[in-house]
Amino acid sequence: MSGAFRIPRAGRLSQAKTARFSFDGQSYTGIEGDTLASALLANGVHLVGRSFKYHRPRGFLSAGAEEPNALVEVKRDDARKAPNIRATVQELYDGLVAQSQNRWPSLAFDVGAVNDIASPLFSAGFYYKTFMWPKAAWKSLYEPKIRAAAGLGVSPDKPDPDHYSSRYAHCDVLVLGGGAAGITAALAAAETGARVILADEQAGFGGSLRFESGARIDGQDGYAWAQAAIAKLKAMDNVRVLSRTTAFGYYAQNFVGLVERVSDHLQNPGHDLPRERLWQVRAKRVVLATGSIERHMVFADNDRPGIMLASAARIFLNHYGVAVGKNVGVYTANDSAYSAAIDLKKAGVNIAAIVDLRDHPTGPVIDEARALGIEVNFGRAVIRAGGKLRVTSMTVQPKNGGGERTIPVDAILMSAGWTPSVHLFSQSRGKVAFNDETKRFVPGIYAQDCVSVGACNGTDGLSASIDEAYAAGVKAAKDAGAKTAKGTKPKVDASESWSRGMLGAAPGAGPDKTVKAFVDFQNDVTAKDIRQAVHEGMRSIEHVKRFTTNGMATDQGKTSNMHGLAIAAETLGKPIPEVGLTTFRAPYTPVTFGAIVSHSRGPLFDPTRKTAIHPWAEAQGAVFEDVGQWKRAWYFPKAGEDMHKAVDRECVAVRSKAGLFDASTLGKIEVVGPDAARFMELLYTNPWEKLEPGRCRYGIMLREDGFIYDDGVVGRLAPDRFHVTTTTGGAPRVMNHMEDYLQTEFPHLNVWLTSITEQWAVIAVQGPKSRDIIAPLVEGIDMSDEALPHMSVREGKICGVPTRLFRMSFTGERGFEVNVPADYGQAVWEALWAEGQKHGATAYGTEAMHVLRAEKGYIIVGQDTDGTVTPNDAGLDWAVGKKKTDFVGIRGLTRPDLVAKGRKQLVGLKTKDPKVVLEEGAQIVADPKQAIPMKMIGHVTSSYWSENCGRSIALGLVAGGRDRMGETLYVPMPNGVIEVEVTGMVFFDETGGRLNG
Amino acid sequence: MLLIRCPYCEEERPELEFRNAGEAHIARSANMAGESDDDFEKFFFIRSNPKGIIYERWRHIHGCARFFNAVRDTVTDKFVMTYKAGEPKPSKLPKNSNEMASK
Ligand SMILES: [Zn+2]
Repeated sequence: MSGAFRIPRAGRLSQAKTARFSFDGQSYTGIEGDTLASALLANGVHLVGRSFKYHRPRGFLSAGAEEPNALVEVKRDDARKAPNIRATVQELYDGLVAQSQNRWPSLAFDVGAVNDIASPLFSAGFYYKTFMWPKAAWKSLYEPKIRAAAGLGVSPDKPDPDHYSSRYAHCDVLVLGGGAAGITAALAAAETGARVILADEQAGFGGSLRFESGARIDGQDGYAWAQAAIAKLKAMDNVRVLSRTTAFGYYAQNFVGLVERVSDHLQNPGHDLPRERLWQVRAKRVVLATGSIERHMVFADNDRPGIMLASAARIFLNHYGVAVGKNVGVYTANDSAYSAAIDLKKAGVNIAAIVDLRDHPTGPVIDEARALGIEVNFGRAVIRAGGKLRVTSMTVQPKNGGGERTIPVDAILMSAGWTPSVHLFSQSRGKVAFNDETKRFVPGIYAQDCVSVGACNGTDGLSASIDEAYAAGVKAAKDAGAKTAKGTKPKVDASESWSRGMLGAAPGAGPDKTVKAFVDFQNDVTAKDIRQAVHEGMRSIEHVKRFTTNGMATDQGKTSNMHGLAIAAETLGKPIPEVGLTTFRAPYTPVTFGAIVSHSRGPLFDPTRKTAIHPWAEAQGAVFEDVGQWKRAWYFPKAGEDMHKAVDRECVAVRSKAGLFDASTLGKIEVVGPDAARFMELLYTNPWEKLEPGRCRYGIMLREDGFIYDDGVVGRLAPDRFHVTTTTGGAPRVMNHMEDYLQTEFPHLNVWLTSITEQWAVIAVQGPKSRDIIAPLVEGIDMSDEALPHMSVREGKICGVPTRLFRMSFTGERGFEVNVPADYGQAVWEALWAEGQKHGATAYGTEAMHVLRAEKGYIIVGQDTDGTVTPNDAGLDWAVGKKKTDFVGIRGLTRPDLVAKGRKQLVGLKTKDPKVVLEEGAQIVADPKQAIPMKMIGHVTSSYWSENCGRSIALGLVAGGRDRMGETLYVPMPNGVIEVEVTGMVFFDETGGRLNG
Repeated sequence: MLLIRCPYCEEERPELEFRNAGEAHIARSANMAGESDDDFEKFFFIRSNPKGIIYERWRHIHGCARFFNAVRDTVTDKFVMTYKAGEPKPSKLPKNSNEMASK
């Protein structure tokens, strides 16, 4: 059996296909095609959750995506535990395991429900008022406690093993919503030949035709017509039909985000199916057919399990064949609830009474209800619901006061009317307009190429909706370029009447202080809370919303926004449009991070760049560090070495014999053309016109404000060709900076810029033995000091492949940088390594490179400079061409602040205790005895243990640093103050003799 | 995601291919070194921050790599028009930016 509340012959599911599932450990049987909600209701289960703030027992309010209450955890295995799944959306599969949330120790007995009794504490603005003071307690005490006590569901604590996919799509007409209007618009557009995508969030199409038993289209039952129309659309080559697909975000220029739930409804999805698929659709025209959402009645204890929207009860009956109770009451201000009562009555369910707030409504449904013998009461209100874990009664009173009457019921169906779903329209930046007559916000001014049709446009009645949708579908297709329309408009033979209803609190929702008449179920906001917010001074609905949290839960107020607004407006004594409607934001319903991230996670999150020599370094056991996207060999530990020992050994080896270093990640740009030298003159501070081909120069690049932007050695290969190197991290922005000036400020210069970073592998060979290592492998280059002095470059061959051989040094030793085409990088490295072994060479990594350059006082842009350092500050004034009349940054350098005295200057720092290594970033003060906060005069930018110097060394930026040579300064640290002496920046080989050593 | 028309590629391409490059029509002086402090301040630091029409530079960095100019409405984010670097600031804008966007 699939549940005691399943009505034989009702609904559209095949009774034969049962599915076993469990909820909170209890086993049940449902039917394939059920949602978790309909399957639980079929088994008489209404209590499925506890509310967020008061821990009140909650059941199902709705049968769809707007559900605020019935949030459960669905668990496939330890890693696949999805919290906050709406039971009304989750499709049943055999073996589904679900459990309730936000309760302890059990759903029926929840300790947190004490919050309900203590609720005066938790009124509107409670968090703001109660936890204001002391401020420090917020982080340490209040917030963790509140988060532990509240919260919706529990996040999974293991990596998500599922995979997600992502697709882009383009179409002429995107139709969002697969009810009668959406299907009609899609048919109309598709029949012109236009490329159409139709999406609906439900598993099946039909929208409200799933429950509107009175609708007949083209001679068929409305639901059957919808299925036939979908089959027709699916068969068309120009149409893509997406079910279980929610349009969650409407972005600029008809760019719409859809998420398709591909396998959450399957028992065994297998690994070849993604869990969800993100669609990013660019549509020429969008048709919004998103329907409307029924509102609940706001009255005391309207949240008791068993109290739900009338339309939900109709879906459960007419689609799933489930009765939501045996003795059902109805409370309405609108006709559509009568249809629910009629359908249930005809299915054999007792209708205890219909309570209608309206005084003298008339119409066919009222007549029919009466004819079926249902008790109908006009001008009356339900002022209270009885029961706790399940509704047991409704207490009725004439709406202007009078005698009370309590009617036993096991369910109450409510309808306060229908709210057009303008979410996506509003997200498209369209402006809604308030229709004073129907008390609805409907699409007003459009900002994008879209159109709303049917109920979301405030169009009442099936016939009018289909007329509107058909015309809109044809027009959208034509506007998107379609030529002819060949279809025929569906003909509505019968439909149900729709009427208006009410907004705000019904009589019985207060002003009694103890009454809890819920407006927002998910955030536990009552009518009283909203009145209180107004009384405490909130005037705009945006303030009321934030103060009460009305509409701020994960359901985004789909059922609550209009009620909240109406109550605020009434309390303020203002018309609704003057109080304003809050902005609708994406996503329409929650979207998983998995769908958004898709495959961009783990190794695919960001590209990893590896040099040609990477495999060799890996084989040697190098430890790598991340430098931007690059993996760089950090150091090469031998057995038993820690990082310090390895780096010390590498540093000593380079200065005593030789070292090989993979410098391939250096940015490289070729600047070529008749005006190449003029261009270089403008982009760098140095003079270039007179640099001879075959020579190199250290160049500094500034921004227009005079601050150092990048640096690097530049070789002039020919009068019209410069090989420019940049910092590893700076390569893309330097290229962008150069292109910017070339294209927009100096377009008259005849120059081409080419990024050659990845074309050349670079092997630095440094140390006294460097020439001996390289020379045997080189052809066509005279390696003598006379022919190839320090800071020169030659083209020739090494190991038989072309090379750009630079004689340069970032260590202060005799040194070379061997550029070879990247494809030969590792082969040449291995040849050099073999030669190096004859001379005791070592491989060194980036850490040793940093130490060696710091021993020589060579700066690293971005470490020793921070975007506020000038060449003068860095002691590099010599690199600024004094006779030049223009270069980028020339004017910036003379700004008053940049020539003022007392600027921070880069200096060397030696700790008084040579064994103490300063911490990079540590602050420097002149007087360590001053009161805190101390006056900081600088900071440490680079600091290392130097095995070659036998002591620690450091560089730092210090105010007026060059005038403080020999001064003692102080670095206050948590464990005491460190004394340092200000020195020059060169710690090793001050005369520079080793460059030719 | 916005669609941006590159005036060099003569195609509308998604925003991801482009990078904003700040305000347009701020000319670098031919006599940069001789600029007064005030003029340099205007050139380097001062930017208009209009609500409405803004003239700005974009680069089709993941496309043809060219810098170009664009007229955009900062309220709607819509591009009114784009034109090549070096072309003068348009004296007349298309009347209805919606029409432009839909073309
Ligand atoms: Zn382009």
